[in-house]
Amino acid sequence: MSLSKIKFDKKIVLSFWIILIALVIAAPTLLPVFRLNLLGRYLSLSIVALGVDLIWGYTGLLSLGQGIFFALGGYCAAMYLQITSSSEFPNNIPEFFALYGVEKLPFFWEPFRSPIFTFFAIWIIPALVAGLIGFLVFRNRIKGVYFSILTQASLLVFFNFFNGQQKLINGTNGLKTDVTQLFGQMVGSESMQRMFFWITAFLVIAAWFFAKWVVKGRFGNILIGIRDDEPRVRFTGYNPVIFKTIIFSIAGGLAGISGALYTVQSGIVSPQFMTVPFSIEMVIWVAVGGRGTLLGAILGAVFINYAKSLVSEALPASWMFIQGGLFILVVTALPEGVLGWIQGDGPRNLLQRFGLKRKIETYPSLEINNKEGNNE
Amino acid sequence: MELLLDSLFNGVAIGSVLLVAALGLAIVFGLMGVINLAHGELMMLGAYTTYVTQLIFKLPILKPFYNSYIIVSIFLAFIVSGVVGILLEKTVIRKLYGSPLETLLATWGVSLILQQFVRSVPLAYGTGLVISLLIGLFLPTTFPSKIKESINFKYFKFSSWIFAALTGVLTGSVISSSVSKLSRASARNVDVTAPSWMRGQVEIIGTAFPKTRLMIIVITIISVIAITLFLNQSAWGMRIRAVTQNRQMSDCLGISTEKVDIITFGIGSGLAGVAGVAVSLLGSVGPNVGGNYIVGCFMVVVLGGVGNLLGTVLASFGIGIMTDLIGAGRLLSIWPDMPLPLSNTINFFATTSMARVMIFALIVIFLQFKPTGLFPQKGRMVEN
Repeated sequence: MSLSKIKFDKKIVLSFWIILIALVIAAPTLLPVFRLNLLGRYLSLSIVALGVDLIWGYTGLLSLGQGIFFALGGYCAAMYLQITSSSEFPNNIPEFFALYGVEKLPFFWEPFRSPIFTFFAIWIIPALVAGLIGFLVFRNRIKGVYFSILTQASLLVFFNFFNGQQKLINGTNGLKTDVTQLFGQMVGSESMQRMFFWITAFLVIAAWFFAKWVVKGRFGNILIGIRDDEPRVRFTGYNPVIFKTIIFSIAGGLAGISGALYTVQSGIVSPQFMTVPFSIEMVIWVAVGGRGTLLGAILGAVFINYAKSLVSEALPASWMFIQGGLFILVVTALPEGVLGWIQGDGPRNLLQRFGLKRKIETYPSLEINNKEGNNE
Repeated sequence: MELLLDSLFNGVAIGSVLLVAALGLAIVFGLMGVINLAHGELMMLGAYTTYVTQLIFKLPILKPFYNSYIIVSIFLAFIVSGVVGILLEKTVIRKLYGSPLETLLATWGVSLILQQFVRSVPLAYGTGLVISLLIGLFLPTTFPSKIKESINFKYFKFSSWIFAALTGVLTGSVISSSVSKLSRASARNVDVTAPSWMRGQVEIIGTAFPKTRLMIIVITIISVIAITLFLNQSAWGMRIRAVTQNRQMSDCLGISTEKVDIITFGIGSGLAGVAGVAVSLLGSVGPNVGGNYIVGCFMVVVLGGVGNLLGTVLASFGIGIMTDLIGAGRLLSIWPDMPLPLSNTINFFATTSMARVMIFALIVIFLQFKPTGLFPQKGRMVEN
């Protein structure tokens, strides 16, 4: 990351924010409910992207298993919704249990009768699971590619578990939420969806401020230190394990919130949330938006998903090519992402290439040029 | 006894598929520290090569040799996947040297493109493309050194690429007009049928073993022996081992690390192709076939340790035997009257997917004691 960030004009930044906030406020009235729902979903995905940015962009841990925590949050929300609206079904338990001949509610469903428990479970359970996985891995100084592979493998393990257990959580079919009731209203109804949009928009901003706060002070400095030179951080007297575990569980908690919001807006949670491609996609949102820039993660998640839905509607076969090309292009040509490129030296270099801006002489080249001059 | 033998054989069969698939991944990872997420797709290319070879051998000219198509396809699959791997190394991976996480993402992008490629391009023209890549990459290296050193070499190179493209288009259209099954793109899974001498079962010590499984074990043994001989006996093998141990030092001593990278990546990808032949014998072949094996391969690499073939072999057979023991609930049949809670637990994990859950947990526990795998690389470096 370059140090010389171009300071944008304050007026431009302010007007950008005003336009953005105005768009969010206007969206529920302007957009048809289908598009609004899509936008809400993508906004909720941007929360998980923030988490990915915290662990990858700031701490240098590439997790390919954020889908675990995303889906866990979704399952927590869906279990609560299923159980509160199961009063008219036999045995007072969700309908799907009858298909597999289960008559007694599995024990781990019981606490989800309480809305307060669910409210906390949505982010605490994923954070705890992430903390546990993270601690076991980081404790042994497993990192880099090994860490990525292990997270991917644990993703597959969770997928297999949720996919196989029909009698516990309905297996492949997942849990539907759009026909359940919340506060006496259908979750899939238009007014509820509008409300979820508001909640999502609010939480995205809250999560953004939270992430900004996390990376600001000394804690954030240590994270960046771990990313750039972990042994040096360790030799200076810090224990990287603790910091890595904390940031990994924060990212897990954010993923859980994101998953819950996504679930109520898409109407279903299923093991499909834990497939390998989906978790890697989360990384590419951040990579395109700009890792190490929190705003980039949010914008990347929203715009790439929007592009995905537009392209898939028009040309279904070409999205895979575009996505694959995007992975290669961003990694090789734009390693700092779009926002990182704009904030860094990108535009200046581009202008220089076309001769529109004078080249800045930097130290090594100054020295070399001077030497050549002296020789002549 | 018979039960134990059965279980052992099944475990070895599962493990040998894993081994031949993980072998290429392990050498590449040992050399370059790069995990190739497109490895599964290179396997998929190998499996499709088997399918195409099978259909071409059904043509009237080659019909008499039909029974030997599977042997031919092993070599072809090695070449096809190897060429694609070399192209991948030359265009993407070389640019990302020293940043393994970025390589991970870029190779994932490559895997997406390869998957969609077999879905939307007719296999006949895919074959043509591979042939033109083969000619374009290798024809210039066969020129006499007089031409290679001349200033006009780039024109020779350019014209050989044109020749390659023409040959590719020609073979593509010839194949698509003679084999109708290959002339249309489809996302559907295809089936490879084993030649007649490979169908059926063989009896060894009173137990029947399917011949295809035995064939896979044979393929694996040959690959492992070949790669061991190559690494330990040949000049390039020595260079590869040298670069694996210390890249900068080898570079200083005049070993062309660039060439070593290309050769290793080509061989690793070629082995993925061979694994693809093995996979095509086990079930139907589709664009996603590689994804089913790839995570198992990663586990083998993690468990076996970096840059050690023995570790890879032990890890894959270990995982294979454990998968069979847990997944089929064999412990229960070996020890029928175990206490109830234990047998309930074993029954709970006695499916293929739950066995994976169990094995992963075991691997994580194992890594708590030996974080760098069974046979860690010796050295004094704090970091790599």
